[in-house]
Amino acid sequence: MSEPISALNHASYDGIANVRECGLQGMITLRGDLSDKSLAKAVKDATGQNVPGQREALVSGDTGVCWMSPDELLVLVPYAEVETKLAAMVKALGKTHTLAVNVSDARAVFTISGASAREVLGKVAPVDLSSEAFQPGQIRRSRLAQVAGAFWMDDAETFRVVCFRSAADYVFKLLKVAAQPGSEVGVY
Amino acid sequence: MSTRLAKQGRLIDRSKKVTFTFNGTSMQGYEGDTLASALLANDQMMVGRSFKYHRPRGVVASGAEEPNALVGLGQGNRFEPNQRATTTELFNGLTAISQNHWPSLEHDIGAVNTAFARFLPAGFYYKTFIHPKPFWKHVYEPFIRQSAGLGKAPDKDSRDADTYEHFYAFTDVLVIGGGVAGLQAAKAAAASGAKVLLIEQSAYWGGRAPVDGGTVNDEPVDKFVEQLVSELETMDNVSMRSRCMGAGVYDHGYVLGYERLTDHTPGVQGPRHRLWRIRAKQIVTATGAIERPLSFAGNDVPGVMLASAMRDYAVNWGVNPGERVIVATNNDDAYRTAITLKQAGVDVLRIVDARATAGPLAEEARQLGIRVDPGKAIAKVKGGKRVKKVAICNQEGVGGAREEVEADAVAMSGGWSPVVHMWSHCGGKLTWDDANAFFRPDPSRPPLGANGEGFVLAAGASNGALVLGDVLTDAHAVGKAAAKAAGFKPKNIKAPVGETTAEAPMEAVWLMPANAEIQLRMKSWLDFQNDVKVSDVQLAAREGYESVEHTKRYTTLGMATDQGKLSNINGLAILADALESEIPKVGTTTFRPPYTPISMGAIGGEARGEVFQPIRQTPMHNWHDRNGADWEPVGHWRRTYAYVRPGESVHDAVNREVKNTRDNLGLLDASTLGKLIVKGPDAGKFLDIMYTNMMSTLIVGKCRYGLMCSENGFLIDDGVVARIDKDTWLCHTTTGGAERIHGHMEEWLQTEWWDWKVYVANVTEQYAQVAVVGPNARKVLEKLNAQAGGGMDLSKEALPFMEWRDGKIGEFDARAYRISFSGELSYEIAVPASQGQAFWDALFEAGQEFGVMPYGTECLHILRAEKGFIMIGDETDGTVIPQDLGLHWALSKKKEDYLGKRAHSRSHMADPERWKLVGLETVDGSVLPDGAYAVGEGVNANGQRNMIGRVTSTYFSANLGKGIAMGLIKHGPDRMGEIVEFPGTDGKTYKAKIVDPIFFDKDGEKQNV
Repeated sequence: MSEPISALNHASYDGIANVRECGLQGMITLRGDLSDKSLAKAVKDATGQNVPGQREALVSGDTGVCWMSPDELLVLVPYAEVETKLAAMVKALGKTHTLAVNVSDARAVFTISGASAREVLGKVAPVDLSSEAFQPGQIRRSRLAQVAGAFWMDDAETFRVVCFRSAADYVFKLLKVAAQPGSEVGVY
Repeated sequence: MSTRLAKQGRLIDRSKKVTFTFNGTSMQGYEGDTLASALLANDQMMVGRSFKYHRPRGVVASGAEEPNALVGLGQGNRFEPNQRATTTELFNGLTAISQNHWPSLEHDIGAVNTAFARFLPAGFYYKTFIHPKPFWKHVYEPFIRQSAGLGKAPDKDSRDADTYEHFYAFTDVLVIGGGVAGLQAAKAAAASGAKVLLIEQSAYWGGRAPVDGGTVNDEPVDKFVEQLVSELETMDNVSMRSRCMGAGVYDHGYVLGYERLTDHTPGVQGPRHRLWRIRAKQIVTATGAIERPLSFAGNDVPGVMLASAMRDYAVNWGVNPGERVIVATNNDDAYRTAITLKQAGVDVLRIVDARATAGPLAEEARQLGIRVDPGKAIAKVKGGKRVKKVAICNQEGVGGAREEVEADAVAMSGGWSPVVHMWSHCGGKLTWDDANAFFRPDPSRPPLGANGEGFVLAAGASNGALVLGDVLTDAHAVGKAAAKAAGFKPKNIKAPVGETTAEAPMEAVWLMPANAEIQLRMKSWLDFQNDVKVSDVQLAAREGYESVEHTKRYTTLGMATDQGKLSNINGLAILADALESEIPKVGTTTFRPPYTPISMGAIGGEARGEVFQPIRQTPMHNWHDRNGADWEPVGHWRRTYAYVRPGESVHDAVNREVKNTRDNLGLLDASTLGKLIVKGPDAGKFLDIMYTNMMSTLIVGKCRYGLMCSENGFLIDDGVVARIDKDTWLCHTTTGGAERIHGHMEEWLQTEWWDWKVYVANVTEQYAQVAVVGPNARKVLEKLNAQAGGGMDLSKEALPFMEWRDGKIGEFDARAYRISFSGELSYEIAVPASQGQAFWDALFEAGQEFGVMPYGTECLHILRAEKGFIMIGDETDGTVIPQDLGLHWALSKKKEDYLGKRAHSRSHMADPERWKLVGLETVDGSVLPDGAYAVGEGVNANGQRNMIGRVTSTYFSANLGKGIAMGLIKHGPDRMGEIVEFPGTDGKTYKAKIVDPIFFDKDGEKQNV
């Protein structure tokens, strides 16, 4: 196998926050009945996590599971393990009507970190990112200016942002503009 | 003359001098000045010229309502026209130029217009330029365009040097306006624990109150403001933004705030403007009130100013707008200006009060030695570029028996109008207050939110409370009410007690003197910027313009950049009088956002330069870019149109690619094609409905070309479907169709067949897909396998046409589809996107000995056209059905139903007269113009040639050495061999023969090897 390369190959920028492309992240789209027991078991086996509730992100490092819609989850596993985990998941789900598919290469992942991280994201996503409203453990599917995006928090000052791979260049440049020096808003 | 006073100026710092230029002349001001106050301090009374008559114009106001003092600000990449001097903070190095004059502000040719003013009445353009008809286009319009507009547009080669951004904010209560009302409302709301955002357009807090004076809880009002501000600053649940104007209020508590971050410090790092996109549960508008001018002759001469503005210039900036001042008023408040000026050492000649009696302030003025003339009016102000004389007469009467007084400034006050814009933007209604002669918000008819309840509350002066005590009481109650409506429990705290000198009632004065003769009315300005006078509105009424909206457009009243902040109420009062109606019956024009113009940069936000629009890139994008890609936008994607080599034209490159792909080996980046996984026990049934042909019977491992129609029967997409396993299909869509068809499938699954067990996932971007095309396609892939031990058998027997296999090609995990859109031996190979570039590199390297060349979308188009394959978007345009394109074979007759089936049986769909697909070949081998129409015999009802068809695709085929085309022609398939005429837009008529649309390799031998 040739060496897989993420969309921007770990590009990074320092402004009022640090913006960094994280490299490849194993991702599985799992669609199904989220109350189904075999689905819950497959998720648990793959990630060690329970099925998340609405807008929940149960993530630790590069492993976890995020709620995407009433019948869709995003399962996160290390990139190198995605095929194995997917195969195990498909096997565990058996005849249960579900769809599990590898989408790792269809995405790009960024972190925005630093004291102004909330404000940087708040310039491009129409979401209440105050600490009262948004905390680690939550996920939002929204938009990043003109493209679709989703994000959750690794810790109080770090966002993990996911977009489509084709938009990686746009999103990186967008976040650079949003993080430009001297652009602190001073509200979060 | 206007000068700097020795003392006063609460907003300026006299220890910090600031140098700036106006029309190239260097001037000095102080830190804290506005451009307007600094110009006045330098005796620059005249600052511009009006729009229509080029009349001299001076500063008339001190804030956002200013119609006159508009300048071109900055230079080069930072030049901006029409900037209000009254809201421009002064900084070192500021450069301003005046507008709308030629050759200079002092000597202006266009001012001749004012001599013809009597020939330029309301509706002049409508009346004059309508005849003779051709004159409009060739004479009038070019002339009017040249003389139109105030400031100059920035130079076409300049580029805005600054950056801009948006910010999304969420709050329980938003308070717009940081005067005493806004501050108090914010405090009352915040005491409940609600999150409060307070925005103020200017750089300082407290609004007019520190200028107007009074006490709050027995302390001077400016002390009260200071305390309140520092109190709010310490509250965690309160955010305060100065230099942030409430620009517009929209549905669902959405508000735009316009923050000017570096206008006063240009060049400082960071964005220049920030557009706040605010969601608030409740909005409090504490936007104050604006003083109205009085309508007397010559009220537009530089030196005539609003009384409140004159007071502002003295108190805030220590500027004396004149040495011999006359005050004209219909209310007590203007006496404060007279008293303030007198105390500052200015000679206040007299107060001309249209009323018979005034309140205690009149006595105070008299005791200072100011002459007060009750029942008097200004008949006329004389002077051109500045006030010279003022003629005084009785208010009752036509303006005779005048007494002339030499003066150099006039302060006027026609009463106050609450700023109801924010209240009105989203549908809040107004009520007429007869006592104060103004419209104020009607609390029983607020703008309504999604729950049917009001979401905007007005507070203080913008709610009609003009006196300090009332302002505070009202704002306190409104702040509490807003918190309550936002779901919080307000604290039971008492409102602070404000006190000011009592005032006698004002009297409505819409014209001065009351029955002014026509010569005076023709010089009594309503709209200073657009030159609309009392006589114009009266003329409009006589000519039948009874609706205020019609009068506005006919006279241009209130249509200037200030949107009638000063002129509207005066204008509609004149209109009401002329119509012998009442003001509330005539009503107001519509208040629309933004409150004052906001920069285009702020609206665009970050979306400029390289992030103007997202450009979707495939994993091989950068390679294409390095290898001569001539780009073509396809949806948001960029695809390579052709790879142009040095010294080649794009057309040369296309021809080279076309020949090479047929003769040797071509590589196409097909990653953008949509790929949808459709899975579930009912997936086959579902796809049989989605596609016109049968997909449920497809055997695992095989591919089938499919067509999709909308429920109205029109072709919407096509592509190859592969059956992956018993329950899973992979559907290819067009590049532009991936998201659309995904949404189309989800919609039917969620709304119509929600009980079918099917899931869809869009995996378009998971794969890099490369079309390996040409006689050497198999050789290059087998070479890769030989080099790296890939195991996939790519032989004709193991992987026949229209089948697919998973396996290793070289070192890559791949899925190979043997499908062909070119008629050549062809494999479309999908590998994980993160290995796409490596796979492309491997193919390119291994392909060297086989004559490999990458090819772009134009080559792709030509190859498919040579084979007569249709393209969605070329042969289809939303009105074309499969039958038009001879695709009957793809319409299943076995299936009971599919989307479009019923529509196809409608009479017009089954009409034999529909234009049908054929091939077209010009008789001389030239290329038909794209989109050209074929003409038939005779003419239609409009005298145009009858049309019998059109060209849908047309190319030069390098393989065939001639132009080839496809088109839709009436009865086309029955007219093979006939010649059809296509008039081009170049004046030539092209002749083409109707032929079979398959031009190349009719039997498909080349792809079946």
